[in-house]
Amino acid sequence: MGSRAKLFSEVGRFVLFMQRVLRKPTRGRMFWRSLMYEMNLIGVDSLVIVILISLFTGAVSTIQTAVQLTAEGGILPPDIFPMEVVGSVVGNGSLLEFAPTITCLVLAGKVGANIASEIGNMKVTEQIDAYEVMGINAANFVSLPKILAGLIMIPCLIVLANFLLLYGGVIACKATGMLTVDEFVTGIRSSFTPLYLRLMLIKSFVFAFIITALASFEGYYTEGGALEVGEAGTRAVTRICVFILFFDLIIAQLFL
Amino acid sequence: MIKLENIHKYFGDRHVLKGINATFNPGQVNLIIGASGGGKSVTLKCMVGLEEPDAGTIWFGDRDFHHLDYAGKQLVRREIGMLFQGTALFDSLTVEENVAFPLRMFSAMNEAEIKDRVNHCLERVNLPGVNAKFPGEISGGMKKRVGIARAIAMDIQYLFCDEPNSGLDPLTSRVIDELLLEITHEYGITTVINSHDMKTVLDIGETIVFMYQGEIKWEGSGKEVSHGRKHVPELDEFFKASF
Repeated sequence: MGSRAKLFSEVGRFVLFMQRVLRKPTRGRMFWRSLMYEMNLIGVDSLVIVILISLFTGAVSTIQTAVQLTAEGGILPPDIFPMEVVGSVVGNGSLLEFAPTITCLVLAGKVGANIASEIGNMKVTEQIDAYEVMGINAANFVSLPKILAGLIMIPCLIVLANFLLLYGGVIACKATGMLTVDEFVTGIRSSFTPLYLRLMLIKSFVFAFIITALASFEGYYTEGGALEVGEAGTRAVTRICVFILFFDLIIAQLFL
Repeated sequence: MIKLENIHKYFGDRHVLKGINATFNPGQVNLIIGASGGGKSVTLKCMVGLEEPDAGTIWFGDRDFHHLDYAGKQLVRREIGMLFQGTALFDSLTVEENVAFPLRMFSAMNEAEIKDRVNHCLERVNLPGVNAKFPGEISGGMKKRVGIARAIAMDIQYLFCDEPNSGLDPLTSRVIDELLLEITHEYGITTVINSHDMKTVLDIGETIVFMYQGEIKWEGSGKEVSHGRKHVPELDEFFKASF
């Protein structure tokens, strides 16, 4: 099969898979229970990594921006920039890129790999077949709670990441003394653009869907054994990262 | 009763089922036997709806399974219990939750009734007191019994078992065989077992279908196997290789 035919075949399979996933759950009570479990797994269990990544990214981006703007021998003389520019660059950078994209690339590795491996393992151990034989739409039963939990929790994590990024910047300001917290906060506030906030939220929902749906898809079509389950996890993470970056570009082009 | 009429199945250009005709009777242990690659598993998968035959009809009573609409198929599936080769117990659920799973999904029972039914099923497979354990904490034989308990938790009409003795020691195999025979007679269900274990064939086979390279080469009762092998060289070869 040629690469173009293979691409169309994969897209077709994904559409058919989503057709099966996006159906009314067989039993509301069981679905609710699964949804709560997945929300805990995707949201609460990802808190530590999101907090760490956000604080460090915020601090590092603040320091590096400040260093570049005040460096001798730069494009423009260092005194020309008010230090509030650092807050402006980091604040907008956080909204537009750091919070949604960096967080989701990290979540691709954590949540995406986890979902793909879990469903892949269920597939190769016939648990998916067991659902089907019982008369349960397995794609829906297994994947819908994960996708919905992702759509609820990942945007929440991204909003939190945005605040923590800025807090990381505040910590960097205090720790290095390169600029004052007032200058940093004034920079953030003066350049705040509501469109960027909306963009962050749009990205967060799109990326959440990419992470959970692609990971579920990769897991669901796993064939073989333990080796293939591992491969499905790796393939899922790779594809999710590529799609996140691709849709990041598309959204930027469409809205900015 | 389950009736297969002229079932054909292709994987690409490989013709794996070549016009299968068979009848599986209620209240009996019906065995499909044969060497690996002979088409047993594909036949079983077609019967439970995991594979779609390319031609032919599968009757569950008077219902043509593969020509039913989605809702109709789901109704038939709720009359089906299946014991998978690897048991297919849900790893993240305890034994009790595994057996309760179909009841929670499809019955109108309350939690107390579900618990009673689960305990009854676990006692029926001689496995009391393991309710809180996870599948990873119990032996292979116990997993098979939990699989049977889950399969019979609903009031099923049809029980399918894919290699129920694979990976088990001879003693545990006998226990599972006897359990399947007892349950089949007790509940009057149609049991279809895929097996390449000749001991199972001789111990519990009431109706036997021998498959070879996608075709049925012989069918008859357990008592007739010895006679049948004299006339079917493939069955004779399979019989000899088993001992």
